[in-house]
Amino acid sequence: MATAAKVIPNLYRDSVSLMQLSAALAALRGIEQASAIMATPANLALLAEAGLETGRIAPSPNDLLIAVRGKNPAALEAALASAVAELDRPPASAAAGGPAQMPLRSLQMALAASPAANLALISTPGEYAAAEAMKALRLGLNAMLFSDNVALDDEVALKRYAEAHDLLVMGPDCGTAIINGVPLGFANAVRRGAIGVVGASGTGTQQVTCLVHRHGAGISHAIGTGSHDLHKQVGGITMLQGIRALGGDKATKAIVLVSKPPSPEVAQTVLAAAQACGKPVVVNFVGAAPESIRGKNLHPATTLEHAALAAVALSRGRKPAGARSGALPPVRIGRMSSSQRYVRGLYSGGTFCYEASALLGASLGEVWSNAPVDSKYRLANVRKSKGHTLVDLGDDEFTRGRPHPMIDFRLRNERILAEANDAEVAVILLDVVLGYGAHPDPAAELVPVLRKAQAAARRKKRSIAFVGFVCGTELDPQGLEGQEGALRAAGMILTASNAQAVRLAASIAGKRR
Amino acid sequence: MSTLFSRPLSVLNVGVGSFAQAIRQAGGEATHIEWAPPANGDRAAGAALSRMVNHPRVEAANAKAVERLLAAQPRLEGIGIAGDALPGMGKRMVLHAGPPIEWTRMCGPMKGAIAGAILLEGWADSEKEAQALAAGGKIDFEPCHHHAAVGPMAGIISPSMPVWVVKNATDGNLAYSNLNEGLGKVLRFGANSPEVIARLKWMQSTLAPTLRAGLDKLGVLDLKPLMAQALHMGDEVHNRNTAASALLIKRLVPALLKSGAPASDVAATIEFMAANDHFFLNISMAACKSMLDAAHGIPDSSLVTAMARNGVDFGIRVSGLGERWFATPAPVVHGLYFAGYSMADAAPDLGDSAITETAGLGGFAMAAAPAIVKFVGGNAQDALANTLAMTHITLKRNGAFTLAALDFAGTPCGIDARRVVDTGILPIINTGIAHKAPGVGQIGAGVTRAPLACFTQAVSALARSIESLADSGKA
Repeated sequence: MATAAKVIPNLYRDSVSLMQLSAALAALRGIEQASAIMATPANLALLAEAGLETGRIAPSPNDLLIAVRGKNPAALEAALASAVAELDRPPASAAAGGPAQMPLRSLQMALAASPAANLALISTPGEYAAAEAMKALRLGLNAMLFSDNVALDDEVALKRYAEAHDLLVMGPDCGTAIINGVPLGFANAVRRGAIGVVGASGTGTQQVTCLVHRHGAGISHAIGTGSHDLHKQVGGITMLQGIRALGGDKATKAIVLVSKPPSPEVAQTVLAAAQACGKPVVVNFVGAAPESIRGKNLHPATTLEHAALAAVALSRGRKPAGARSGALPPVRIGRMSSSQRYVRGLYSGGTFCYEASALLGASLGEVWSNAPVDSKYRLANVRKSKGHTLVDLGDDEFTRGRPHPMIDFRLRNERILAEANDAEVAVILLDVVLGYGAHPDPAAELVPVLRKAQAAARRKKRSIAFVGFVCGTELDPQGLEGQEGALRAAGMILTASNAQAVRLAASIAGKRR
Repeated sequence: MSTLFSRPLSVLNVGVGSFAQAIRQAGGEATHIEWAPPANGDRAAGAALSRMVNHPRVEAANAKAVERLLAAQPRLEGIGIAGDALPGMGKRMVLHAGPPIEWTRMCGPMKGAIAGAILLEGWADSEKEAQALAAGGKIDFEPCHHHAAVGPMAGIISPSMPVWVVKNATDGNLAYSNLNEGLGKVLRFGANSPEVIARLKWMQSTLAPTLRAGLDKLGVLDLKPLMAQALHMGDEVHNRNTAASALLIKRLVPALLKSGAPASDVAATIEFMAANDHFFLNISMAACKSMLDAAHGIPDSSLVTAMARNGVDFGIRVSGLGERWFATPAPVVHGLYFAGYSMADAAPDLGDSAITETAGLGGFAMAAAPAIVKFVGGNAQDALANTLAMTHITLKRNGAFTLAALDFAGTPCGIDARRVVDTGILPIINTGIAHKAPGVGQIGAGVTRAPLACFTQAVSALARSIESLADSGKA
């Protein structure tokens, strides 16, 4: 027979709890007798009478004492350990009928409630976003900052801290990401697969992931870097981390990089990392010359659609094809008057507008925009179109004090009616974005406006060609087929992508010069 | 990052609620946070806080500080005389509650009580003379907290007053408090009429020596078990001390009877104690002070070691920030007012008694004392909710003070200034309410919250202290 004892200083339990604990310990295998007491002199005397030696331990009355007698030291140790575990166990709480749970007020509080959390999605006003992101990082969480208007210095500080602590910061101004199949921010529902994306542009990432899905492939992860990551001062920290992470990810077979063209130094670093990652990498620097992208595993893509299709081919071990060109399938458009010559693009997605500016400029020359690829075609008055015009309605000057045009269609609807009233307008080019975060039924907003605009034009012996595309999938909450069907029924000519919609618009306008 | 892809994504969502819904709709896991700009929207303070969250030095310091708080063993050692016992007590010094304050800014009850103390000491012969003396700069006014002491309400301690002496047996530090006079017209509420002074003199001449004789007979009294037992009997040992006072009397009576003190003095002493349900309050406060002083002075620690009010300002002290006070105007207490009084009559929050909340008792142990919630029209569930809310701003549960209504969970203890600012959950304080005019006395009781600004200032100061050390390479 052996005895053992343990003192837990400053722990109080009522006598009933202690009797229950004693009984539970005595029932353990190899234990003959057990007692848990508050170590008052009277209790210690009782313990000695019961023959439970506590040896040289000298507890104080505020201490809890556990004494056991049994067959061998191992059994005693196990019993003491089980007693400590039982005393450490958080109370079952006053479960049923107890007070309401307190709302979670901080990241730290939420992390205590969900200890498996590994990412903080931050969409507070920009001025507070950096602080929340820093807390997330300090708590060991990766962070996605949907918020914009974070100082560049703060972005650099966050990203350096993250890099040094094996964490990832997506954003600020990161609209879209898909991690482990979970959509974050504005993202589409796509199947999982072998293509990884690192995108500085939210809508660019949405277009690529949707087209990958439409072509039967899927996405491993889509990492958003935020729109400022490739700024010289930040140096592409997140994009570099993303390339390395996808390079090391078993599920990823091919990688797509999407961004506006970065500064030459940053581009060089990014492309070097892409070359070093050892996997095929498709690079779409929207509007950049493909010659600038060289390397044996690097595949320049001229459009977002091209990037998606090249990645699908590469992920299946095939050689990617060139960008789509050649004749477009014939489309039915109404009879236009001789005055109708121009394309007016009304975009809700900034990258779509920018891509259109590059593509349309290449075929039509002078194309005006509030966000042009060639800065000499910057619109003086963003509310008034001239010649061929492409407007990014998601730009700050339109969204101050009102929701984004992907959610609130009023501004774009008014502009559609205004453009349709312009005798020089032949084509109105539109993007329609589905997915989490977007409007629950964009077609329902657009259809009546398209009908009204066309009717107004017809009364003046004109006909408008409404050309566009839906960025989405059949898995999206809005459903691709239903949206496309409703828009087609209202007379809209839909293509599969922005690039094709722009080509179609250019071809219609090109014939009217 | 290296584990981001290998584990299921679980998101904490700060900001737009629909993002969390979308994640769940897509089969992911998301926890939404009811976020508001921390530090009341003060961006600089919010940024400082963000750099202190989970800071390894603060975490290590707090672990040490809270360990000392939990390990403290307050014991009632006896009764001393303030002028002899209190460290640094001057001959013409009067101690008061709360953070430092000059005479001209003091609230009515504090001025009244100081005048009373001057009369008691015999430094003046009339209230008018006393007021003039106080205003004349010939008397030093200092916070009780600067002399290891605490006092309820005005918290006035002058050199000849008897004081409870509590010793933390673990660390050996001493803490003191004055003796409770009872309710009605009493000094701590600013009363200074002849009957008030006469009672104080009786406490010096009869009560203190009799209690000293009793305590000598009783020996050292361990306070933690007594307070733990009181929590199981419906006290939170701040605004409700009915059980603790009874338990104390139960221990003292046999000792007093055997002490050899004159029978009439023993009878008067027992009668005096039995008439006052708050008799134990001052001992509770000194016990808490001794526990918190043990946790004070740990560099880098954000543990709050004092919350105190002087009727004008509310101040806190933080373990890692030395002797500084972080103060802001004291709030007026919402509560239940006695018939004929309202909030318009109330002095702003007053007294050192929030030392009990600082130690994880009082409002933090409200689950033990549902009766207290009645002051603010609450129910028993609210009492539990108040205690549970405090777990989010504290570092530990105190296993020595358990709460029957919460299945014997420990009281939340060790306020972390960072968590207060981060969550916006303010420490809850149970308190009595004093009339703003001197001498009227208690006019109600209620529940109030410590103001955020103290904690915001403290966190900013902590960030400055830690980051300046890091910058100068001492870190």
